[in-house]
Amino acid sequence: MSGFTKWRRSEEASGWLLVSPTLVYSILMLAAPLAMVVALSFWTQDYLQLDKTFTLKNYIEAWSEPIYQTLMGRSLKISAFVTALTILLAFPVAYYVSFYVPQKRKPLWIFLITIPFWTSYLMRIFLWKVILGYNGVVNGSLLGLGLIEQPLSFILYNQNAVVVTLAHAWVPFAILPIFVALEKIDRSLLEAAEDLGDGPLRRFIRVTLPLAMPGVVAATVIVFIPTIGDYVTPRLVGGPNGLMISNMIELQFKKANNAPLGAALALSAMFLVSVISLIFVWLNRKYLVGQK
Amino acid sequence: MKSGKWFKLYIAVFLVFLYAPALLLPVFAFNDSSIVSFPLKGFTLNWFNVLWETEALHEATKNSLLIAVSTAIISTSLGILAARASSRYKFRGQKAVMGFIMIPLVLPEIIVGVSLLVVIVQMGFDLSLWTIVLGHVLICTPFCVAILSSAFLNLDQSLEEASFDLGQTKLATFWLVTMPLVLPGVVSSMLISFTISLDEFIIAFFLAGTEPTLPVYIWGQLRFPQKLPSLMALGTILLILSLTLLATAEYFRRRSARKTGIEDAGGFL
Repeated sequence: MSGFTKWRRSEEASGWLLVSPTLVYSILMLAAPLAMVVALSFWTQDYLQLDKTFTLKNYIEAWSEPIYQTLMGRSLKISAFVTALTILLAFPVAYYVSFYVPQKRKPLWIFLITIPFWTSYLMRIFLWKVILGYNGVVNGSLLGLGLIEQPLSFILYNQNAVVVTLAHAWVPFAILPIFVALEKIDRSLLEAAEDLGDGPLRRFIRVTLPLAMPGVVAATVIVFIPTIGDYVTPRLVGGPNGLMISNMIELQFKKANNAPLGAALALSAMFLVSVISLIFVWLNRKYLVGQK
Repeated sequence: MKSGKWFKLYIAVFLVFLYAPALLLPVFAFNDSSIVSFPLKGFTLNWFNVLWETEALHEATKNSLLIAVSTAIISTSLGILAARASSRYKFRGQKAVMGFIMIPLVLPEIIVGVSLLVVIVQMGFDLSLWTIVLGHVLICTPFCVAILSSAFLNLDQSLEEASFDLGQTKLATFWLVTMPLVLPGVVSSMLISFTISLDEFIIAFFLAGTEPTLPVYIWGQLRFPQKLPSLMALGTILLILSLTLLATAEYFRRRSARKTGIEDAGGFL
């Protein structure tokens, strides 16, 4: 048997051959386009004419113009708030399903939690407008209960509305990884903590929470990175002061016809969220190792 | 016991928060008022009739169905290859390759949309329904790989070995033994990618040419207040459709788990 036929029949080759169509697709449709966006961000565009001389002009503009600085800062802030709110909402639910729901019913509960995620994305966001609006559900209920005399106007068309709507959209994605992490916890460790005299709160802080942290970290990354890219939610419920960087990216690619600047903005946003996520993951690793 | 009570109360409030939009959708779809707000006026089926009479909507639905079916078939095929490779074989660089294939799961959709748009425009191609399929396959494949990997991992390898011992070829074994066992996983993967594609807006908005998909059509209509009640009716139909598809997917996923003799661990994702 020649060297090649031998290699061809090896496990190594079988694996590579089998995975190659999917891998090639990802390279062609993901890696190559991303490389193209990187190249584009160093070019300039004058209406439809593309000038391919290397320049840092787009990045200088993206990082120094006050409007882009404001949008970028606001987007990072909103994404951070969304992530924090999502985790705070999700943790007790994941904990409840993992520790209180009988084993047999857990799949049903997880299914119930993921259902709202499958309501039409645009409709879901639009309905938050109905819920939070001037004549909306929240104002209607509060008026009906006599808790307020005038409809509240500060709950729609601002950053709070964006945070609530995005948190609603992403909460199932946060519950799942936290639930998986909680399920992996060896229950005898909790009994051990109890036997050694820890009360419920101490036991939670010293045993359950550190062991659940990998799930929390995964949830943070899964929620934080994609929320920066949402331009529908800010547009529908954000009002003028709730717009985010993605609205600007969309504008540059579509109406403003300045794709290179849009590319520079998109890559800058991706760079910032990735760096922040990596720092967060690194801090957690360090902190968790310290716990041991 | 008192803390348990508070806990249950929180879960109840959370579920109301989670389900609020989904529950309001049918409420306004049947509400006899051209304004989408409270108080409710009365019962009507009028908004559903409006849908049957809107030609543009029918075109958009056809486009979306074509895209969703193509996406389901292609991404599931790519998913089968990758999931089989990663669960059956060990090869160098496996983790990196699989990680790379799964990246679209955490990538903002706007990045996927923008980068594909740039390439398509630079290469001089026209935007069409097929350019949307390219983007949708990219974001659906990771979901397919996740579902199918668990189907392949749960597979008892001795069944395949028995088939080899009885003289079947590799390909025949795959079709006669492996495929029937993972078929529920395949069906579940197709249904999930179909559902994701049908509802996807951000990428479709960037890559749509002159023919809109259903969400792109809905986005265009959201600006007109008089169109909103009929959109609620449309949303209700889509919700029922998604739920039916998902319940079917869940049924097949569980059957897959049962068939391969593994205790059900729950959840798609």
